[in-house]
Amino acid sequence: MTGPAILLLLAGLGAIAWVSARARAMRLQTAARATGRRDAVHSLPGYHGWYVALWALIPAGIFLAIWANVAPGLVTQSVLTDPAAQSLPADGFARAAILGEARAIASGLQAAAFNPASEPLVEPYRTAMTEYGIAGAALALILAFAGGAYAFTRIRPDFRARTRVERLVMISLLIASLLAIVTTVGIVASLLWESFRFFSMVNPIDFLFGLKWSPQSAAMGYGNDDAFGAVPLFWGTIFIGAIIAMIVAIPLGLMSAIYLTQYASPTVRKWMKPMLEVLAGVPTVVYGYFAALTVAPALRDLAASIGIHGASSESALAAGLVMGVMIIPFVSSMADDSIAAVPQSMRDGSLAMGATTSETITRVLIPAALPGVVGGVLLAVSRAIGETMIVVMAAGLAANLTLNPFASVTTVTTQIVQLLTGDQEFDSAKTLAAFALGLVLFVVTLLLNIVALRVVKKYREAYE
Amino acid sequence: MTEEQKSLAPADPKMTARDVKVFYGPKQAIKGVSIDVDMDNVTAFIGPSGCGKSTFLRTLNRMNDTVASARVEGTITLDGEDIYAPSMDVVQLRARVGMVFQKPNPFPKSIYENIAYGPRIHGLAASKADMDVIVEKSLRRAGLWEEVKDRLQDSGTALSGGQQQRLCIGRAIAVEPEVILMDEPCSALDPIATAKIEELIHELRGRYGIVIVTHNMQQAARVSQRTAFFHLGELVEYGVTSDIFTNPRQERTKDYITGRYG
Repeated sequence: MTGPAILLLLAGLGAIAWVSARARAMRLQTAARATGRRDAVHSLPGYHGWYVALWALIPAGIFLAIWANVAPGLVTQSVLTDPAAQSLPADGFARAAILGEARAIASGLQAAAFNPASEPLVEPYRTAMTEYGIAGAALALILAFAGGAYAFTRIRPDFRARTRVERLVMISLLIASLLAIVTTVGIVASLLWESFRFFSMVNPIDFLFGLKWSPQSAAMGYGNDDAFGAVPLFWGTIFIGAIIAMIVAIPLGLMSAIYLTQYASPTVRKWMKPMLEVLAGVPTVVYGYFAALTVAPALRDLAASIGIHGASSESALAAGLVMGVMIIPFVSSMADDSIAAVPQSMRDGSLAMGATTSETITRVLIPAALPGVVGGVLLAVSRAIGETMIVVMAAGLAANLTLNPFASVTTVTTQIVQLLTGDQEFDSAKTLAAFALGLVLFVVTLLLNIVALRVVKKYREAYE
Repeated sequence: MTEEQKSLAPADPKMTARDVKVFYGPKQAIKGVSIDVDMDNVTAFIGPSGCGKSTFLRTLNRMNDTVASARVEGTITLDGEDIYAPSMDVVQLRARVGMVFQKPNPFPKSIYENIAYGPRIHGLAASKADMDVIVEKSLRRAGLWEEVKDRLQDSGTALSGGQQQRLCIGRAIAVEPEVILMDEPCSALDPIATAKIEELIHELRGRYGIVIVTHNMQQAARVSQRTAFFHLGELVEYGVTSDIFTNPRQERTKDYITGRYG
């Protein structure tokens, strides 16, 4: 029995449950109303319908979800007891390949076997899958019937089906939100686990404070632990994301926010604000092209023409500038919000004292909006240091610890990409280093976000 | 202006308005108002909500300039000089004609900095000592000095509503204005704070020309010597306060004063 068919059958069962429960509730309630007592009837018949239908569907649905995960293992178990499986090679890899192929043929994903050894197993697979499929479907249907019947027997005129349905809705919403949290926790756990494995090979102190990053040599066996010193990466990330990009983004973002909130006419604002926000919608890979193919060569030529030697075509400056442009909308929209949140009466008060618009902005509006602006900048920084595509394309791979913006530097995200792409063994320190880097990035970004949200929140309360 | 009203006009008015019309887009909010403001009398504008009294007040220091759709016709002069003339520096005008708003709006700065704000942008204090003198004098005139002299560095927003409003009056005084416009300065305050502000207005009278908008007729009667009654954008009646309240000439004024509408 196939999956869609079972689901259809269940849906049908649910519909029947709904209709019959509603009909029964209606009949009972009509009778109860005749007694004339006001509390004789509680919920509308529709709620009884939903109550019974949900009882029919939810347990069966949960069972099916579990079954879908457990059944393949059970199928393989039963196939292995088949005499045809005795001839399977002992080697884990070959064995798994043959079993996989047999399974694919049996379920119709593959037409013929490449490996003749898998052919005798197709038939046992097919039988086992059918058996388990029917068993699963039967159990699901029984559960659906049982659930529906249990709920059906509970229908009374004064049964509080409405309250129960409300609770079920609440529980399902709770589960939906928990899923997102569980996913996050899972990601963090896997990061922690892999990082732990990495730190069992490399001393955390060396990793966090080491000045030399050269995972290639370490992996090839002629390096030592010092090669995992991540300071150059941290510096590159800060240099590009928190220094160069912010030098571009903070003034431009702030000034455009001030212009848009204080000077622009409504028409100009109506056109300019969405256009600025388009910047936030440009895919980062496009910024990456732009940085690598347009900005970086231009900067290299510029550096050469003004006599700076050793300018790289993968400069920190190119990546930082373009990243700064990308970040402008974040800074400007946060600054815009917080300037707009300063009450009009502050502005009027200052203007009425004979202050000019720009005096009002620098002396009253910006100080009052400052916490919000700072929050916006912190969020922008956390976005910039986690940004990957631009730096992968434009920033280069050399882990230099330099202050020269025309030199090539590398960032945490670039190195993660570098360490994890291509054929990698997942137990070498080189690969695991990516997780440790990811963990550091995660922690830093998380802290920045927490601080930023706190700052913004504190400020919001100041006027309300 | 009628003959009687003209006789009211002081020989040397501080501010004059002649046939002032204000439009918000196509809508006319003020329909030809003429009035004189002098230094010796407090002038009160009364009238029901939406009658244009606040709008007219804001034309006197060109705060309506901040509203994009507003347009002003007619002439308003300060010491005989047309304040809407292109040669008029609106920033200087507002330093000469200060304003106190309906809701206290101290800046989120210290009490000291709130007062020092105006003198600083206009360069009125040469040194820190000068500034200290200005701050103390302004706070004394605003009747707030005794209450805050020990906590000048506390935030202005931490004061009570009435204190905040007196701080705003002190802030306006600090730039040595000639006229102070007050737009319902007590409408957000409790009766005790209101009484203090009214007392303060009495003390400030004579030193500054004062125009106060109020929806509270008793307040107009208490603090002003001249009262102007506005209705639907028109100046219905303007005269000596006691006359307006005891012997209004216009039917509409009488109806309003006796509480028939508004």
